[in-house]
Amino acid sequence: MAIGVAPVVSPARDAPSREKPLPARRIGDVILSLEHVFLAFGGVKALQDITFDVREHEVRAIIGPNGAGKSSMLNVINGVYRPQRGTITYRGRPRHGMNSHAAAAAGIARTFQNIALFKGMSVLDNIMTGRNLKMHASFLEQAIWFGRARREELANRAKVEEIIDFLEIQHIRRTPVGRLPYGLQKRVELARALAAEPELLLLDEPMAGMNVEEKQDMCRFVLDVNEQYGTTIVLIEHDMGVVMDISDRVVVLDYGRKIGDGDPATIRNSQAVIDAYLGVAH
Amino acid sequence: MEERTDTFPRLLLHHARVRPDHPATREKDRGIWQTWTWREVADEVRAIACGLAAEGFQRGMHLAIIGDNRPRLYWAMIAAQALGGVPVPMYQDAPAAEFVFVLNDAEIDYALVEDQEQVDKLLEAAPSVPTLGHIYYDDARGLTRYEGVTSYERLTERGREYDQAHPGFFDEQVAFGRAGDVSGMLYTSGTTGKPKGVRQTHGAFIAAAKGSAEFDRLRPSDSILSYLPMAWVGDHLFSFAQWLFVGFTINCPESGETVMTDLREIGPTYYFAPPRVFENLLTQVMIRMEDAGAIKRWLFAYFTGVARRCGAEILDGKRMDVPSRLQYAAGNLLVYGPLRNVLGMSRIRVAYTAGAAIGPDLFRFYRSIGINLKQLYGSTETCAYVCLQPDGGVLFDTVGEAAPGVELAVADNGEVLVRGPMLLKEYYKRPDATAESIDAQGYFHTGDAGFIDAGGQLKIIDRAKDVGKLATGAMFAPNYIENKLKFFPHIKEAVAFGASRDHVCAFVNIDLGSVGNWAERRGIPYSGYTDLAAKPEVYELIRGCVEKVNAELAREPGLADSQVRRFLILHKELDPDDDELTRTRKVRRGFIAEKYGVLIDALYAGRSIQHIETLVKFEDGRSGLVAADLRIEDAAVLPAALPKAA
Repeated sequence: MAIGVAPVVSPARDAPSREKPLPARRIGDVILSLEHVFLAFGGVKALQDITFDVREHEVRAIIGPNGAGKSSMLNVINGVYRPQRGTITYRGRPRHGMNSHAAAAAGIARTFQNIALFKGMSVLDNIMTGRNLKMHASFLEQAIWFGRARREELANRAKVEEIIDFLEIQHIRRTPVGRLPYGLQKRVELARALAAEPELLLLDEPMAGMNVEEKQDMCRFVLDVNEQYGTTIVLIEHDMGVVMDISDRVVVLDYGRKIGDGDPATIRNSQAVIDAYLGVAH
Repeated sequence: MEERTDTFPRLLLHHARVRPDHPATREKDRGIWQTWTWREVADEVRAIACGLAAEGFQRGMHLAIIGDNRPRLYWAMIAAQALGGVPVPMYQDAPAAEFVFVLNDAEIDYALVEDQEQVDKLLEAAPSVPTLGHIYYDDARGLTRYEGVTSYERLTERGREYDQAHPGFFDEQVAFGRAGDVSGMLYTSGTTGKPKGVRQTHGAFIAAAKGSAEFDRLRPSDSILSYLPMAWVGDHLFSFAQWLFVGFTINCPESGETVMTDLREIGPTYYFAPPRVFENLLTQVMIRMEDAGAIKRWLFAYFTGVARRCGAEILDGKRMDVPSRLQYAAGNLLVYGPLRNVLGMSRIRVAYTAGAAIGPDLFRFYRSIGINLKQLYGSTETCAYVCLQPDGGVLFDTVGEAAPGVELAVADNGEVLVRGPMLLKEYYKRPDATAESIDAQGYFHTGDAGFIDAGGQLKIIDRAKDVGKLATGAMFAPNYIENKLKFFPHIKEAVAFGASRDHVCAFVNIDLGSVGNWAERRGIPYSGYTDLAAKPEVYELIRGCVEKVNAELAREPGLADSQVRRFLILHKELDPDDDELTRTRKVRRGFIAEKYGVLIDALYAGRSIQHIETLVKFEDGRSGLVAADLRIEDAAVLPAALPKAA
């Protein structure tokens, strides 16, 4: 064989397909269902006879004008508010009087409309607090940094670093949260929620107050979380472009009532929804 | 039989044999520095090469490499070379549309890229690139649902299977390699026209690496931070050719934003950065010093004064009086040492800057605090290896003496010519350009105008084609004027006009960080770049800078006519995404003159205000319109200084 000629036989090549494939993740069974839920604060009826469900691995959006009851809905799901009537079933078990601690233990994590981080603590420490329920070492063990406490901290730190890498916030690892711009604080809050390794993630306006580029980043992160970890996501969002792009199903609230439920295309063409947003005389 | 180390894959195998457990590559991942030894790197390269071969990659083919500095991307370059292929690193921050030209020009079939962002851009470019058939990615995040693209893990897994089935294959392939084979194709930045693919051989890059490594006595225990764009010839020399020649350790930062932290953690012994990196570092230090307490501020001011007086001389080993030495030693303990530590430069033996002119004050500052910063001169066509400054012979306005093995000459028209083993083999598919740039004597025409000074050091004035004449007949070197302006921390970019005109006018881009901080200290509110740039106070500040430059120009022989009479502050930052700068941030003069013709007319017509609307591209690929009324101001000029009596 002549020198310089490589003895390589090219195997049959299959050219990559150019179209972006459709979602391959399997949307599973219903994991959370709310039936005939009523929530009132005195005379204010925040939620009236709301029935809807969330399926495993889906991105479920809740939309509606201001005061429609969206945040109340999230608060009902993770046990901050208890509805006066109605049932909530999570993973086949009815939840009566679930408080937020029990919700967290059951794998439900959330972020808040107004960021609720520890402003004086570093990004890393804030995210570590999300691992709180995964730490079992006693106070004494933690104080002397021995045995179980040490092992746990290392394992938890490794998980937190994985999330830091995932959300691309390595450069602010040591920065106090209070010094960060708003868009990054939102991302840190998402990181803390993810640190709990939730099965169901509730996001309350994750993109509020962001510019177009930050919104795009956040959309990508939400979709990546959903895809990579298979996390089911319920989010409240005002930006219709974002909602229509990233959610599988959308539920629409107005004055505490459900006025629409379905895939984004159905919602976009629903007269009731259009009326609620554009405003008609009630 | 003596071992041959005349190609990069052979050098890799050499290190794997001689220092198998010495760290070759580090990368900070998940907050921890991960290390790969030379033996491990050789194993990975073997797996990548066999994987590529199993996928049909053949001798002479090109492998596109796109992404931030990731170990696997560096390794893939050696793997492609091992198969007789040619790695083509590309600028990772270019949008998809810019990829198309290079991908087509290099007829790319195989590409190994960093992550989803790059895969998306390739898929976007793919319809216009018929040859592109194989895409591999390093970081799988967000890519699990993609079809038709392959992960690095899958590629190397396939490679290991192939290696087992064909045990002698890899070594056979490496044995085919010759020093004269093309080892890489780097694209020129394209200040004029389309980029050209510069084909370099193993021999050329190894000669450049050898010359520079011996010049600065680099050794395997050295450690460097690899953070400059992989497509830039500077990174290819420092992080690839010298790495493989010397066998030191390259460290890849965690992300583009963590470079400063990573630099401190690694504490490199050998460092390379373009002037703007040094400039940004100093600006950050100055901003933080302004916020420090009174005692610290006083200490800093006092000891930087001492350093300015005698620091650079002490570094050069010149004789200084005892009080100065004592003062400097105290300063070293209290200020310079801690400062070097904060900058991550405590362990630096040699640091280089290149790629653009560096301001004399900036340059002196780093040298005066004990950092052995030097300049070098080179280009893509010369493996970034033409001139180096020797220790003890460092001047701020030259780029050093001819490096070992390099012959230097200056043509009659002032153009710098070079000859040596590091010259390019050819421009890809451009025999016309190759013939034009290399003459019959084998000299490469650099396109830079310069001269060799009395001490044998090369001084660069400007790009030869940019040097023109004013209508008065005086020499006009725009780059020279722009550099003087850019040496002020408040000025980020400047573009000077004046060829065939009566006088010189200039566009200025303010530095948002520096001027923004200045404005905050004075309680001047602003909403963003455009708003800040239009503030009368900012115009006043910039006028001060322009007039200082004018005073300097007035003192220089033959340049008094080049003083800047009128200037304006642009309403937007010049940006590579808008084609105004190259990816290496050099001004594209012709394009700017055309795009902002209306502003140039206004400068010369003596108008004091001009409306302009400009199309800008955002990072997400969309575009929008920026409109502003720009003010144009005059700057005072001085009469030419009389030549000093000898």
